[in-house]
Amino acid sequence: MSDLAALATPVAAPRAPGLPLSGYAVCLGGIVWREGLRFLSQRGRFFSALVRPLVWLFIFAAGFRAVLGVSIIPPYETYVLYEVYVAPGLVGMIQLFNGLQSSLSMVYDREVGAMRILLVSPFPRSFLLLSKLVAGVCVSLLQAYVFLAIAYLWEVEPPLHGYLLLLPVLMLTGLMLGALGLVLSSLFRQLENFASVMNFVIFPTFFASSALYPLWRMREASPLLYEICRLNPFTHAVELIRFALHGQIEWTALGIVSGVTAMLLGLAFAAYNPSKGLMMRRGGPPGAA
Amino acid sequence: METDGGPAALSVSGVSHAFGARRALVDVGLEVPAGAFTALLGLNGAGKTTLFSLVTRLYDSRSGSIRVLGHDMRTASAAALSRLGVVFQARTLDLDLTLQQNLLYHAALHGIGGREARARAARLLARVGLAERARDPARDLSGGQMRRLEIARALLHSPRLLLLDEPTVGLDVEARRSLLREVRRLVAEEGLGVLWATHLIDEIEPGDRLVVLDEGRVRASGVAGEIVARSGQGSLEAAFMRLVGEAPAGDRAA
Repeated sequence: MSDLAALATPVAAPRAPGLPLSGYAVCLGGIVWREGLRFLSQRGRFFSALVRPLVWLFIFAAGFRAVLGVSIIPPYETYVLYEVYVAPGLVGMIQLFNGLQSSLSMVYDREVGAMRILLVSPFPRSFLLLSKLVAGVCVSLLQAYVFLAIAYLWEVEPPLHGYLLLLPVLMLTGLMLGALGLVLSSLFRQLENFASVMNFVIFPTFFASSALYPLWRMREASPLLYEICRLNPFTHAVELIRFALHGQIEWTALGIVSGVTAMLLGLAFAAYNPSKGLMMRRGGPPGAA
Repeated sequence: METDGGPAALSVSGVSHAFGARRALVDVGLEVPAGAFTALLGLNGAGKTTLFSLVTRLYDSRSGSIRVLGHDMRTASAAALSRLGVVFQARTLDLDLTLQQNLLYHAALHGIGGREARARAARLLARVGLAERARDPARDLSGGQMRRLEIARALLHSPRLLLLDEPTVGLDVEARRSLLREVRRLVAEEGLGVLWATHLIDEIEPGDRLVVLDEGRVRASGVAGEIVARSGQGSLEAAFMRLVGEAPAGDRAA
C-alpha cells in the first residue's frame, strides 16, 4: 500500500485557492468530453433530436409551401422556397429543445447525481455551470450541422461562408437557450416533466417567433401577437441564425441575443449560488433529499 | 495515525439550517479527527442528508462554520472542497461510461488530466479490486462493486476527508461487510478522516467515534463504547433508542 500512501499525500490536491488556468482547461475539457461520450452512448436521443426538425422540413414545409408565399425580405434577395425560409427556424428549434432538455435534466431526472458530483468540484460554481452549458451547446452544434447537411439535399443551399459564420452564432444562441433552461429549472418547481415544459415554454416560444413565418404576416393577423413576437428573444436568435446562414450579421439581433444571454447567465449563476437561490430553499434537488 | 496537532479532518460548529419553518439542523457541532472512523447515526429524517449537503457545499449553512482541515467552507471553499471526497447516497455514476471514463471525468473536475489522471485511475481501480473491469461499462457492475467504484472515485484527488452518506443502502450482507472493511482499512492505513452516515447500528464498533443525530440535534458524541456505558444501557441499540427518546424495542407497546 505504500504507493497509495504516496498517492494520499497532498501533492496535487491543494491547488486552491489559486487554481491554475491549466486546471480550468482540464475541467472544461473533461465536462465536454463526458457530454460527448454520453451523446455517443445515447444514439436514440440524437436521432429523435434530428427527426423532429426533419419532419417539419419534409412534411410541414411541403404542405405549407403552397399556402404561404414568402415575399422578398432580407436577407433573401429573391423569392425563396418555404423550406429555405423555415430551415433557420428549425435550427433554432433544435437548440431550443436541446438547451431546455439538458438543463432541466440536470436538476430533475437521471442527472441529479451527476449534478451533485459536478458541484463538489473545487472550481467556481459559475465556471462549472458555464462549462456544462458549453458541453450541451457542442452537442447541439453537431445536431444542427447534421440537420443542415440533410437539408442541403432538400434545396436549402446557403453559401459556404454562411456555414462558417453560423458556428459562433450557434454557440451564442445555444448558450442563451441553455441558460434559459437553467433559470427555468430554478423558478418552476412544478415543471417537473418535460411534457409541461413543451406545452408552456417550448411551443409558445417557437410559435410566437419568426421561425415559421415572417413577422409581417403575423402583423396582418394580430398587431398584439406581432409585438409579442418582436419581444421574444427567440425571434432574434432565429433571425441571427437566418442572417448568419446567408453570410450576414444582423447587428440588432446580435445585440439583443448577447444581452439576453448575459442576463440569463447572471440569473442562472445566482440561482445556483450556494448562499442563495434554489438549492438552499429546497434542500437540493429532489431525490437527494 | 492521528496527525500531530494538525486541524481535524472535519470540524463543524454551531451549524443551524432551516427550510422555511422546518428546522433541519439546530446548533450542530461535531469533529472528525484525521485517522478516525466516525459514524453519524440517526434515523431517517434526522438531518444527516442536510448536514452532508452543507459539508459538500450544495448550499451554505445559515449559521455556524464548517472547516475541512482548517479551511472554511464558505470563505475558502476551493481549498476545502479539494480536500474532501464524497460518496453520495444516490448512485452518481454514469452507467453508460466505462469505469475508467467515470474516474477520468472526476479527475478532470478536480483539474487533474492526462497521464496523471490515467495513472491515478489505474492505481485506485487496482486498490478496490476492479482493475480488470476498467473498460466495462459501469452498468455491468453489481451494487457493491458500484459502491467500491464510487469510493475509488472519491479518493482520486487524494482527499484527507472521506464522507459517505448511507453507502450500504441496498447492499447485501456480504457486500456491506466488505465495504465497511475496505473503508476501515483506509482509515487505519492512510490516516483518512471518515464520516460514515448510517441508520444501521450494527455497522458501528465499540471503538468507533460516534455522533448521534436526532431531529436535527446532536444527542451524543464520543467513543461508541463510552456512550453506551454512560447511558447505562446494555447495548448500543438500547442506548440509541433512549437518546432519541424512544422506548427500547422490547418495551414498546404494540
